[in-house]
Amino acid sequence: MTTSQPTSQSISNPMLSSNTARAIAAHAILITYTIIALFPVVVIVINSFKSRNAIFRSPLSPPNSETFSLIGYETVIKQGDFLLYFQNSLTVTIISLTMVLFFGAMAAFALAEYRFKLNLLTGLYLALGIMIPIRLGTVAILQMMVASGLVNTLTALILVYTAQGLPLAIFILSEFMQGISDDLKNAGRIDGLSEYRIFLRLVLPLVRPAMATVAVFTMIPIWNDLWFPLILAPAEEVKTVTLGAQVFIGQFVTNWNAVLASLSLAIVPVLILYLIFSKQLIKGITSGAVK
Amino acid sequence: MGSLSLKNIHKSFGDVEVLKGIDLEVEDGEFVIFVGPSGCGKSTLLRIIAGLENESSGIIEIDGEVMNAQPPTKRGISMVFQTYALYPHLTVRDNMSLGLKQTKRPAEEIKSQVALASSMLALDEYLDRRPAELSGGQRQRVAIGRAIVRKPELFLFDEPLSNLDAALRVNTRLEIARLHRQLSATMIYVTHDQVEAMTLADRIVVLHDGMVEQIGTPMELYNSPANKFVAGFIGSPQMNFIPAQVLSDDKATTIGIRPEHIILTQEDGDVSGTVSHIERLGGDTNVYLDCGEAGLISTRLFGEHDYEVDSKLSAKFDPDRVYRFDQNGDTITA
Ligand SMILES: Nc1ncnc2c1ncn2[C@@H]1O[C@H](COP(=O)(O)OP(=O)(O)OP(=O)(O)O)[C@@H](O)[C@H]1O
Ligand SMILES: [Mg+2]
Repeated sequence: MTTSQPTSQSISNPMLSSNTARAIAAHAILITYTIIALFPVVVIVINSFKSRNAIFRSPLSPPNSETFSLIGYETVIKQGDFLLYFQNSLTVTIISLTMVLFFGAMAAFALAEYRFKLNLLTGLYLALGIMIPIRLGTVAILQMMVASGLVNTLTALILVYTAQGLPLAIFILSEFMQGISDDLKNAGRIDGLSEYRIFLRLVLPLVRPAMATVAVFTMIPIWNDLWFPLILAPAEEVKTVTLGAQVFIGQFVTNWNAVLASLSLAIVPVLILYLIFSKQLIKGITSGAVK
Repeated sequence: MGSLSLKNIHKSFGDVEVLKGIDLEVEDGEFVIFVGPSGCGKSTLLRIIAGLENESSGIIEIDGEVMNAQPPTKRGISMVFQTYALYPHLTVRDNMSLGLKQTKRPAEEIKSQVALASSMLALDEYLDRRPAELSGGQRQRVAIGRAIVRKPELFLFDEPLSNLDAALRVNTRLEIARLHRQLSATMIYVTHDQVEAMTLADRIVVLHDGMVEQIGTPMELYNSPANKFVAGFIGSPQMNFIPAQVLSDDKATTIGIRPEHIILTQEDGDVSGTVSHIERLGGDTNVYLDCGEAGLISTRLFGEHDYEVDSKLSAKFDPDRVYRFDQNGDTITA
């Protein structure tokens, strides 16, 4: 602050233009990043509306009257089970997400609010999961699921995804909950709120932006996951969308129209969930900056 | 109704002993103020009375009943926090009524209680706003309103005015004094502010390092402080302390004299020195006199006075108002 002040006073105009230059540079970088990030998605979506020949002849051009074709979507819908796959994906994602948020918030509250002996150690143990990928334990998980007869059930997926999502959720939420003033919780105690009510009525509404952040970060990997559905629940009636799309990828022939169409369709539900959370998410990201 | 009795309250955080045996009796309807330097344990004591913090040992009685094991709601208290601690996602009305709803009072009673409190505190037009849409003074009034609606026997205030600006502080102070008369409830109030303490309190409790230094009415503390600490803490500007040997008094260690009990003269006085600084406040004039071995002596004169900086003056002490302290800092009584 003090060192930059003289320069900003003596040469205010160059400062201003360097500010604009910086803004332009920032926007250029962000726009480039957006284009790179969106490029594959756009290619998938536009090609899903094209005939097979057109996909290979000019993969980057948008569909026109000649190349436009819904053959991919027709195949996907005719396949019949796709609705079921969607349902499976949604069930798994929403139930896991709910469990992650609920149990994560409760654990975070306990860690943030109560001073008990093993507080720090418990926190570290729970945070360990952020650093150690759950996939390392795949074999053990599979053995457990076989032993408990949960193979080829959605329950297996839900349990695994809940475990996978909890560490980060607890870590982020307990940080946020520590930021809520003690006086506020004490005011609640004096007003006669039980600890559960303080958690549900005071703390949860106040960490809603953080919950949305956690929701988005938890939801997307679950929806997109191919690994655990393939290993734990490959049966027809419990397939998820990402796994279901694989039927169109053969060893020798791949039905690209159908693959692209199913992938395009798979984007829709996450997009909707994201839009629901995004308003809160932006609040969460800027909450530190505004106050 | 709202009497309070503390017996030998101790509190430690880990190895650190924060409260070292507090005894206090507060009568029903009394206004008692805790003062003391930062970190002396005022808030901790208040939170122990409220039941928000567990005492390490000691007995807390409210209205003659032992309250040690009772949760805050069962103690018949309300608390107003320094940071207001309003529920940010609730309207003013809901902020005030949450406690009553929690105890399942009938809707009409809640409504009339909220209406009563909001008219007392001039909050009627803000009932549907959220705390973020209020000014600091309004927020503090809501916090006080939230305390009132529960009709407690004992109010606890933790520095309720310290986040307000000077003008609002005066207004809210008067408000609290009025509330105390209207509600005739017992109030315990923590503050840093001398003026708040002297003007509001029936009795002041001076805390220092987790111990009670003295308990008394404001004038008792002002006129007969038990020791050097209380003498220095009550009164503003602070009492002057002069090493006793400078004034050739061999029975005391330190001599104390309040700035308002000193007369400045050109003739011989108790000490003499040169004027080092003058503060003109209009109604009062503070003159600081550099008296060599006796140190810097501050004097407070009524009205406007003109003295030249660096001019030589003598200070004459009012002999009836001179305090003498022994080497432990305790007051030597005649
Ligand atoms: N939860 C805690 N854990 C450990 N030490 C604490 C805790 N709360 C307070 N203390 C310590 O207890 C002492 C008294 O704190 P307290 O808040 O009661 O002071 P205070 O008199 O209210 O000060 P202030 O006037 O600054 O508000 C301080 O030294 C503080 O560091
Ligand atoms: Mg305090």
